[in-house]
Amino acid sequence: MEPELRSWREPHRLVLLAIAIGIVVFAATTMRWDWLPRYSGKLVTGVGTTLWLLFLTSVLGFLLAVPLGLAQAAGPFWLSGPARAFCTVIRGTPLLLQLWLLYYGLGSLFAYWPEIRQSWAWPYLRSAWPYGVLALTMSFAGYEGEVMRGAFAGVPKGELEAARAYGMSPFTAFRRIWLPRAIHRALPTLAGETVLQLKATPLVATITVVDVYAIISRVRQDTFLTYEPLLLLALIYMILTGVLVVAFRWLEARVPVQS
Amino acid sequence: MLDWITGIAAWELLALEPPGWGGVLLKGLAVSLQVAVGGYILGFLIGIGGATGKLYGGPILRDVLDVYTTLVRAVPELVLILLLYYAGTDALNKIMILMGAERTDISGLAAGIFVIGVVQGAYQTEVLRGAFKAVPYGQIEAARAYGMSSLQVLRRITLPGMLPHAVPGLANLWLIATKDTALLAVVGVSELTLVTRQAGGTTKSYFLFFMAAGLLYLMVTLLSNVVIRRVERHARRGMPAVR
Repeated sequence: MEPELRSWREPHRLVLLAIAIGIVVFAATTMRWDWLPRYSGKLVTGVGTTLWLLFLTSVLGFLLAVPLGLAQAAGPFWLSGPARAFCTVIRGTPLLLQLWLLYYGLGSLFAYWPEIRQSWAWPYLRSAWPYGVLALTMSFAGYEGEVMRGAFAGVPKGELEAARAYGMSPFTAFRRIWLPRAIHRALPTLAGETVLQLKATPLVATITVVDVYAIISRVRQDTFLTYEPLLLLALIYMILTGVLVVAFRWLEARVPVQS
Repeated sequence: MLDWITGIAAWELLALEPPGWGGVLLKGLAVSLQVAVGGYILGFLIGIGGATGKLYGGPILRDVLDVYTTLVRAVPELVLILLLYYAGTDALNKIMILMGAERTDISGLAAGIFVIGVVQGAYQTEVLRGAFKAVPYGQIEAARAYGMSSLQVLRRITLPGMLPHAVPGLANLWLIATKDTALLAVVGVSELTLVTRQAGGTTKSYFLFFMAAGLLYLMVTLLSNVVIRRVERHARRGMPAVR
């Protein structure tokens, strides 16, 4: 972050601000926005879907990242090996490929099993939503699992020994000392990871999940406009990113840090 | 059950010659790598310019660069790729027409390199700016006091001094660049992910092809990691070990 706090009232900033406002006015008056009222309801629903997907997969992914990190930091080889392999594979291949592998690949495999096709789970397995949630959850878990590994390994040994010396059982020591201290250490990375996760959510539109990106794609198909819907979409994501950053800054200010 | 196994293990589909799709996949990988390398180099040039502009430029240049890096990092890569892809090819065509030339189809390869480069440039600007700032100013002053010219200071002090701080970030961005090329599948560039989907769609062996493509991406990442570790060791020579 910049050490000097520069005011926005400096002369050159006023000029830049005027230019920015000019661009916005130009875009608002000369481009076509008449489609906006027709799709506003759908856009709000789409933003809701995006946010729900972000929240759900971040929470699930984090819950999965804790055992992944623990297994890598302290597990026996038959646990740390698979955990490390999982993180390497997730971090080493594109998310779009993982998503398509799950949706098209698994989907095509299920087709070979008549038992699955006749079971109660088939309507869910045929829809795209579970695959999107699974892929995004695994992605978050893979990246954050690596962070949690470092966080678990970085908790000073003395604290754990002190906990044992107090007579805590290994599980109590884990619950009271190791896990909270590791999460505390991993907290600063969480804001960045969540923003990255938000920016990964539009990929699910490629497997027919209807998030805000899919709504905009629909607008583009219906109206044959190239730029207007995409510019609006970029603006929506910028606002969402800004809100996330501010929310995490507020959250981090509430968590006590040792001096 | 038997169908299922033959469906996964239809290895003959991966053959290099036309009934198999192995050659098509490898060609896709070559396109992916070309876009990644080209975009990374373009991003590095933008990054060097952006970092020097942010550190030594005037107030207007600094603000404009701030807007660039903030915008690119706040909008999903997929949206940026769509916007830059259409806007970039559109603008180029308009310029061509203004210059009296014919409308041309811009190759997906060139457009992809442009798009990845602009995205990478924003991130590399931040990495390089941080690395430049990590060189103690006293060292630069000492070099000046020895009578070195600015270029000599850059070559002998600033660049070697910033390298250990820049390498981890730049290495990470290289891995991101290789994976971001997959997003170009959405705009129809025939890179690895898109040709894999086409192969799967034609043969219905989606699982096999996506697994094969995943292995190819993984090999790129793992090989990159080996090279990165070497470069990092070289850049960090003479410095205390980390952790």
